[in-house]
Amino acid sequence: MLWTDTKRIIRSGWKNFKRSGATSLASVLVMTITISVITTLIFLQAVLTSSLSGLQKKIDVTVYFTTDASETQILSLKSNLEKLGEVASVAYTPEDQVLQDFRDRHKDDSLIIQALDEVGTNPFGAVMNIKAKDPTQYESIVGVLDNDSSLAKDGTHIIDKIDYTQNKFVIDRLNAITKGAHALGFAVTLILVLISIIITFNTIRLTIFMSREEIGVMRLVGAENKHITGPYMIAGIIYGIIASVATMVIFVPITLWLGKNFSDFLGINAFNYFTGSFFQIFSIALLSGVLIGIISSYLAIRKYLKK
Amino acid sequence: MIYFNNVSKVYPKDSPSLENVTLTVFAGEFVSIVGHSGAGKTTLVKLILAEEKPTDGSVFFESVDIHKLNSKEITKLRRKIGVVFQDFRLLPNKTAYENIAFAMEAAGKIDEEILSDVPHVLELVDLGNKSNHFPHQLSGGERQRLAIARAIINQPEIIIADEPTGNLDPVSTHEVVEILKRINELGTTVILTTHNRGVIDAIGKRVVTLEKGKVVRDDKNGKYII
Repeated sequence: MLWTDTKRIIRSGWKNFKRSGATSLASVLVMTITISVITTLIFLQAVLTSSLSGLQKKIDVTVYFTTDASETQILSLKSNLEKLGEVASVAYTPEDQVLQDFRDRHKDDSLIIQALDEVGTNPFGAVMNIKAKDPTQYESIVGVLDNDSSLAKDGTHIIDKIDYTQNKFVIDRLNAITKGAHALGFAVTLILVLISIIITFNTIRLTIFMSREEIGVMRLVGAENKHITGPYMIAGIIYGIIASVATMVIFVPITLWLGKNFSDFLGINAFNYFTGSFFQIFSIALLSGVLIGIISSYLAIRKYLKK
Repeated sequence: MIYFNNVSKVYPKDSPSLENVTLTVFAGEFVSIVGHSGAGKTTLVKLILAEEKPTDGSVFFESVDIHKLNSKEITKLRRKIGVVFQDFRLLPNKTAYENIAFAMEAAGKIDEEILSDVPHVLELVDLGNKSNHFPHQLSGGERQRLAIARAIINQPEIIIADEPTGNLDPVSTHEVVEILKRINELGTTVILTTHNRGVIDAIGKRVVTLEKGKVVRDDKNGKYII
């Protein structure tokens, strides 16, 4: 009997949906807008994350070694650093390369080149560039560098300078911005999604309000609540499925256009992101649509089922 | 079968709709309840269907106090009662066939029964060729015949017809009355509310007259006297 009931409820829900024409269309349209808002917010979060991680990638700490620091010591330090969980990458530039880079950079400035030639020896020490996995971890990495006893040669420290202190303000500020942006993004997402859900709920409520006499008749012929609510909830599911598919169809040309024209501005190629994450985006859209449809229908019909 | 025990119904900020009504309807009877608009006929019907609760007194269906039932039990009770309304109350999004099938589905009937019984009952009310029509595609008389078909499909113990001819022309009225009489002859109890003198006189059975919420006459082979 359970299967027979389920079959009848699904069939009846589908017929209700088909026969309600304009009302069903209105519900699907409103739900498409809701799911589009949700999908747009997924994109905005991706753009925000990409922009912030782009900014974070630009942060690093540069360690300048003294000219008498031996390569063995530096390479040992590099290998120690690479073992640290917080460190994403370590790039070592030997002193000769630093000199060469300096010369290349100032090749058009004869005065500097001439001054460098007059010094005779290489005035630059080796340089090591450290990137952390998370910008908040620079402080602890710098702490390791400051306290590592292997860095001393005959009681003299081989590190000349670490530019963390100069950059600390920028790094801290960026950390604050990242946290703030994520929190704000989440809050805005939540508010917009809530507004969309309320609008959809009201549309579905209106649809069911129009059927209130029909619901009364069903009760009078002795229909159980499941026979009354079931078809409306099925119609809600159908709104969700159609609206999520429609949203995906709408987003193909939009993301294609954004990908062609605004990849640099957004920091991601919207179309590549859309196709790459299609399964996840579609799942979220479908799940949101179906849940909003079911819950809205159930809440809207509940008040007509009271004795 | 139906017993009103000193029943009163007062709507808020209103004069009593029913006042101390005591009334018994026996199994197999055809009872017409007559009275002017506002006499309390529809309230009486609503109390039997548990759509309203009495302010005072009790309404029994067989030995069960209707208003002490929970909502599941009320659902089951309603399956024993077939109802026909003046405004038909058909499901507008369902065809004639589906309107009747829905009542059978609600009663838990299997598909095979639905497939065999619905066409049969549609033939019975002369709507065999209109099974795929939606209510708005039917005339008033046809709609009411469809409502009757829906009311009798589950072979209820009682049929309640609340002003069933109120919106019908004389020919359709005659048809509906004839169908109700036939249903009663087959053993089903019928309670009919109306203020149509012609209908009452054509039936010639028990007539209960309501006036301002009170039973003022109860005649076994009554005529319309107000």
